[in-house]
This record gives sequence, structure tokens and C-alpha cells, in this order.
Amino acid sequence: MSADKPMQTVNDDLLHAYADGQLDGRERDMAEAFLAANPDKAAEVADWIRQNAALQALFPAAEAERQVRHLPRPGAGLSANSNWPPILRVAAMLALMAAGIGGGWFARGVIEQGATLAEADIVREAMAAHTVYASEVLHPVEVSADQETHLVGWLSRRLGAEIVAPDLSGAGFALMGGRLLPAGDGPAAQFMYEDGRGRRITVYATGGSPGLLASFQFEQDGRVMGIYWQDEDLRYAVVGELARDELTDLATRVYRQLI
Amino acid sequence: MALASFQVQLQDSLPDLWRYAFSLTRDRVQADDLVQDCVERAIRKQKLWMPGRPLKPWLMKMLLNLFRNSRAAGRMRQTLPLDERIADTAARADDDSRLELVAMARALERLPDDQREALLLVVVGGLEYGQAARALGIPVGTLMSRISRARAKLRKWRSESELPPVRSVP
Repeated sequence: MSADKPMQTVNDDLLHAYADGQLDGRERDMAEAFLAANPDKAAEVADWIRQNAALQALFPAAEAERQVRHLPRPGAGLSANSNWPPILRVAAMLALMAAGIGGGWFARGVIEQGATLAEADIVREAMAAHTVYASEVLHPVEVSADQETHLVGWLSRRLGAEIVAPDLSGAGFALMGGRLLPAGDGPAAQFMYEDGRGRRITVYATGGSPGLLASFQFEQDGRVMGIYWQDEDLRYAVVGELARDELTDLATRVYRQLI
Repeated sequence: MALASFQVQLQDSLPDLWRYAFSLTRDRVQADDLVQDCVERAIRKQKLWMPGRPLKPWLMKMLLNLFRNSRAAGRMRQTLPLDERIADTAARADDDSRLELVAMARALERLPDDQREALLLVVVGGLEYGQAARALGIPVGTLMSRISRARAKLRKWRSESELPPVRSVP
């Protein structure tokens, strides 16, 4: 609780803050005086504190310290070897960063703020784009996959953020190409993929509101399923006429590659 | 007060990140993976972090999203049997504490996801209320109500488990 907002009365929020050790001295005195005069409430707060102690014991701080204590030793063999146990790879990454090597891998443009669509509109735009272009026989994409470098560079410049065309070959989908689309006031990028059975999916990206992260959300319109999410700089959707599990697997591949 | 550099804050946040990941997954290997993904992501997205703001809430938010997405995608392993999960911790505790820990672990699983995530973010993740609310993308009032409801349920279940068994009336 912040000290600049004087508490007039002792309410439950203040008592929770008391149990969580988030009060300054004056507020703590107030809470303690109140609890001394209200035994029922004091029993309840004592129970919260007991709950906290049980949670602390279940997930002990000491174990967490042990788990991450290898960190990091700059200067000692620093390649982030993928055979290392995960937590050692963290150490290596931190060490690389300390050496000024990591961190700036992706120089990013400034994301324009404001030119964004409402959350639910993203997936609808993506689904509409998919429906229109996935059925095109002659021109499903504007720039085809054989010019992938050009395509990715072009879309990245227009979006103002570094984007990659995710590799979905592990799931049997090959990149066909992509195009630039209008989305609200700003641009959006569409990548289209096709599998061996001729099924097509869209990976769609557009500017986000920085700082607003969202985990996977699902949307269905007839046979077309869409999954969208927001990461630190862009909003994404993956759309296709696929079962939810299969599309979720593809969205997870996209998400992990865009990390 | 000037905040420490990105790297120093990242390093300082690691134990609490791991604890929060462990409390969400109840699995040490998955906690390792989550922290790993979170750190990689944070380093790559470093330019998007606003210096002058504490880093830990941003990291916690990333970790939570990674966790939610893995869960949505069914990538989380089946969680271990409860006794195995808390064995390491509870083995060192006496019988009463052990029972209490087992009861708490069970009760946690019964909480709705939003309440469990909020309570653990504060108690295990160590965030202040304002930071926790930002990390969850909710107003502080909503955070407080989730924490309050979680604690009321935990309290209620605990008192129920202490009641003597109900005897059927002939």
C-alpha cells in the first residue's frame, strides 16, 4: 500500500496487505490496533498468514535459489549450447548478454501506437483475409515463397517490426508466400501455408498495443477456426479450416518461433 | 531511486520467477523450461521494456503468458501425483505440517485458475499489489477481490476438513 494515500478506515484490502507484509509502519499499527479489538477478524487474518506460510513452504525460496544459483559466470565458455540443462542455458544467455553479444539480435522499428484494431477484430480480419485468399487458385499470395527474403523484409518494413515467416514444415505445411493487407488504420501481414493435402492456413500479424500481452484466444466461424494472441510488439492470428487441436499445434509452433 | 540495469534485475528476478513457475506447474522440469523460455524472450524483447520501470512484473507477465499458452496447447505434462510432487518438501516436515502442506496443495488445485494465479503471484512471486495487477492486466480492485475469494475458499475448505466425519442417521 502506498504511503501517500492515507487510509481512513481499516478495510479488508488493508488487512490482506497486512497479511502480505505490504504495509508501511503507520498502516501496520492501524491494522494491528484494529485486529486487537476484533478477535473474529484477527482469527481470519491469522488464517491468511498461515496459508501464506504453507504456500511458502510448498514452493520454497531456498529451492529456487539453488535452482538458479549457477548463474552466470561471464568469461567461462559461453556458447548457449542446446544440450545443456535449461537453467544452464539461461546462465549462458545472461553471460552473452553481459558480454554485449545478445540482446540486440533484432533491431526493431518503433511500433506506431494507436493504429490498432480492437482485440476481437483482429481475428475476424484474419479470418476474412483467409477466406478470401485461401480459395484463390491463381493468386493466393502477392509475393511467393521463392522470394521469401524479399517478402519478409518488405512486410517487416511495412509493419515497423521485425517479423519472420515461421517454419511450419515440421507440421507438414510449406510457405506459399504472403501479402500486405489493410487492418484498421494500419497494415497487416498475411503469410499463407499449404500442406500436402492442399489445406491452407493463414498466419496473420499486425501492430499491437505495446505492453498488452494476451494468451491464446479461440474463435470459430462455421468451419473456419482462428486463434489469436498478442505478444510484446505484434498481434497474431492463425486461421484455417482445421480441428482445434491441429490449429493449436500450429499456433504454438508459430508462437515459439517468434519468441 | 535509480533502477538497476536490465541484466541485474533479470538475474535478481530469477529465483522468484522459478518459484512462480514451479507453483503454477507443480513440476520442476516444466518450471525450468518456463524460466528458460521467459528469459530468452525477455532478452530478445529487451528493447520493448521501458527502462525506469521495474523489470520483474514484466517478466512475470511473460512467464504467465508462456504458461497459459502451453496449457492451452496441451503441452503441459500430466502433473505428477501429489505426494510425489511435495515429497521433497514435505519429507523434512513433521506429520502435522506435512498434512497441512498436502491439504494446501490439494486446495490449490481446486481454486479457479484466475484466483490461483493472482494469489500465487503475490505470495510466491513476491509482487506488490500494483505490480501484480499490471502483470495480470487487471485493476487492483479485481486483483484484491481474486485474492480475497481465494483466501476465503482456502479457509472454508480447511475448516470443513477439520470437521468430524458425518455419521449417517439410522
